[in-house]
Amino acid sequence: MNTKLKALFSQSWDVVVVGAGNAGLCAAITAAEAGCRVLVVEAAPQDMRGGNTRHTRNLRAMHDAPTDVLTETYPFEEYFDDLMRVTKGVTNKELAKLTLEKSAMLTQWLSSRGVRFQQALSGTLNLGRTNAFFLGGGRSLLNQLCNYATDLGVSFIYDTKIEKLLIEQGFCVGATVAGEETTLQAKQFIITAGGFEANLDWLAEGWGAAAKNFLVRGTPYNTGGMLKSLLDNGAQVVGELDQCHAVAIDARAPKYDGGIASRIDGVPFSLVVNRNAERFYDEGEDFWPKRYAIWGRLVAAQPEQVAYAILDSAGVKRFMPSVFTPIQSESIEGLAAQLDLCPQTLRATVTAFNAACPEGPIDQSILDGKATSGLVPEKTNWSAPVSAPPFYGFPLRPGITFTYMGVSVNERAEILFDDGKAGANLFAAGEIMAGNILGQGYLAGIGMTIGGVFGIIAGEQAAKRVNDKGIR
Amino acid sequence: MAVDLVALGESQSHEETKRIMQICNACRYCEGYCAVFPAMERRRSFDEGDTAFLANLCHNCGACYHACQYAPPHEFAVNVPQTLAERRVQSYADYAWPRAAGHLFERNGLFVSIAISLALGVAVGLMLMLINPSLFWGIHLGEGAFYVIMPHTIMAGIPLTITAYVLVAFCVGLRRYWHHTGASWRGMPALKDAFAAMASLRYLGGDNAGGSPGCPSADDKASNRRKYYHHATFYGFMMCFASTSLGTLYHYLLGREAPYGYFEAPVLLGTIGGIVLCIGTAGLWVEKRRMDKRVLALKTLGMDYAFIWLLFWVSATGLILLALRETSFMGLTLAIHLGLVYGFFLILPFSKFVHGIYRFAALLADAGEKQHVK
Repeated sequence: MNTKLKALFSQSWDVVVVGAGNAGLCAAITAAEAGCRVLVVEAAPQDMRGGNTRHTRNLRAMHDAPTDVLTETYPFEEYFDDLMRVTKGVTNKELAKLTLEKSAMLTQWLSSRGVRFQQALSGTLNLGRTNAFFLGGGRSLLNQLCNYATDLGVSFIYDTKIEKLLIEQGFCVGATVAGEETTLQAKQFIITAGGFEANLDWLAEGWGAAAKNFLVRGTPYNTGGMLKSLLDNGAQVVGELDQCHAVAIDARAPKYDGGIASRIDGVPFSLVVNRNAERFYDEGEDFWPKRYAIWGRLVAAQPEQVAYAILDSAGVKRFMPSVFTPIQSESIEGLAAQLDLCPQTLRATVTAFNAACPEGPIDQSILDGKATSGLVPEKTNWSAPVSAPPFYGFPLRPGITFTYMGVSVNERAEILFDDGKAGANLFAAGEIMAGNILGQGYLAGIGMTIGGVFGIIAGEQAAKRVNDKGIR
Repeated sequence: MAVDLVALGESQSHEETKRIMQICNACRYCEGYCAVFPAMERRRSFDEGDTAFLANLCHNCGACYHACQYAPPHEFAVNVPQTLAERRVQSYADYAWPRAAGHLFERNGLFVSIAISLALGVAVGLMLMLINPSLFWGIHLGEGAFYVIMPHTIMAGIPLTITAYVLVAFCVGLRRYWHHTGASWRGMPALKDAFAAMASLRYLGGDNAGGSPGCPSADDKASNRRKYYHHATFYGFMMCFASTSLGTLYHYLLGREAPYGYFEAPVLLGTIGGIVLCIGTAGLWVEKRRMDKRVLALKTLGMDYAFIWLLFWVSATGLILLALRETSFMGLTLAIHLGLVYGFFLILPFSKFVHGIYRFAALLADAGEKQHVK
């Protein structure tokens, strides 16, 4: 153990926060502002700190009037309806209401701690009304919050992975670090260590062998060690093992950490086939921002967890360029050969699709109702023949961003145990408890909202315990 | 076959910029920072003209590096400020006139020192040759005192000759840049916008929507120091330039010879401008030294430091001359000051000075593009 680590471990901390993402930093800052001595332990090296917050860009916040960073209004009722729609009711309604109500103060809370937002731009990904965008994205937010916390006296230690939480009847007496004998001691522990999306073995318990073909868009450091330790110690589980935020991304993306740039926006203007060169779902069901979150699961359900978006020279210009250059050929057969698909079958699929397309140009600015006729599955909007060479193909794979299964918490962010009691000095915030609110489906930016709201709550509650001296 | 290192360097800095811009264009998180990212978003592909244009919009502030989820050690290894700095210095070399002189940008620090030494030697040598030592070390007061040491025709003739070639070099470079980047003139509103952006350093504030939270310096903490020091440098320089121009008018229109009184317009402008310029360049030097090394490009550092250093001493020797002009050191200080001024003019087309020209052209093209898209 190096001396810096030793010095930090030998101290008695008021609050130890595990994980330096958005939730952890909100918790650490809140506790430090209330006078606590706080240590943040982060598994990643400093350059890669912050879990999936590194890959985020915005948070979703209710507001009854336009603000400097949000346009128009996004009332509680609408936000709540949106959440009910995507989760199909799989949510803890009390915690969901709490999150949405508190989301209203979040941008102000962050701004007053130096986080910069982009000015409200109507039209940014069509989200300027509901979502506030961090200037420079999530890593810029992390940098600012870390600087702010450091100025408050919060200590950080990087590249250090907590192995196990030592829990006795809901009371955490300490934490161990891999390969070290000393245990880390604190009066209160706040666990903000993320989900287990980078743990493919654990994913396989829910998804079976398919999991090995998943790409992990998020941080490679979210391997679920803290979640496992909590569950092993009797914490109450929430959410299903196979529920997660997963989108279809370019199959050539890195195995881990591909982030936003790995996404493909072209599906609505494509014909998407599986390994057998056959279509399997309505590509034009709705606008892409409302549909991208289901395509990860759709591709995961196909043979070998792979699919191919096929476009012609007109279609490829209809969406944002992607990080990988599409595979290109002058003929459908040539493209099929390059993608290792059966040329005759792909030709037959494209011919059948083209014959089913309606006359006239498509209008991508609206749901134009240009549907195929007599085709199974139908494409309900933006159906235009794939006929103008060169032809382009993007290979797609499921890209998992974060998992939903986590620990149950109450409205004070206290971790609940199987006996129904709340942990004595254990709190959770962020991805590790997001499943309480987001049981399934996805709503852009709500992960950061949950992390921020529960991070602040956890920090407040932990500080209250420290300041009340009511430890046991 | 010999490898053409210049062509190789060019294709490398272009290819790397292109690779990175393709990643950035699929991410776009940095679109709020400066002019580079919105300009990138107006493109789907990046030819050499595009990468040169984007490189010349970049201030090398580093905000996007610290915010980047793909910065090293990520395997995408995205480093926009460093890559654009390398592409930028390559573009200076490509557009330089005469073209062969473009190589001078590669070893700019060395070139600057040689040019300055030569100019200094010539200035001092000329004076000693033209006059006798007793005059050189003498005390001269009143109108025309400087011209006892060096006749006005020679003192002004040297920079005028240099200026003629400098102007040609600038025009040719600008023309090459404009054509290569495919820029187009879109009228007065764009020109006005470009001027406003230049005068306020709009894109060195960390928020292109108008706020000015600052850009990173030593670490990821934002600060506006570099912007303020650049303002001091730019406006200090402009005041010195105005002072010299006014002096010329005094000389030819009013028939009054320098030195002028301490409280006359040319001296006042020069004094205040000189002090401001010294503060600005010294500040820029410090800021440059403080900057996170990861965003800097080694290739451009020599050029950056040499230019800041020279500008500081041009200004400082001017102030020293003002202080010593009524002593026997006037001759020596005048010689050193003039030598540095001549050297400064001599290297102008192959120095960091060109960044102002290409940046302004890039801002003009950018303003035009923005209005065109609207």
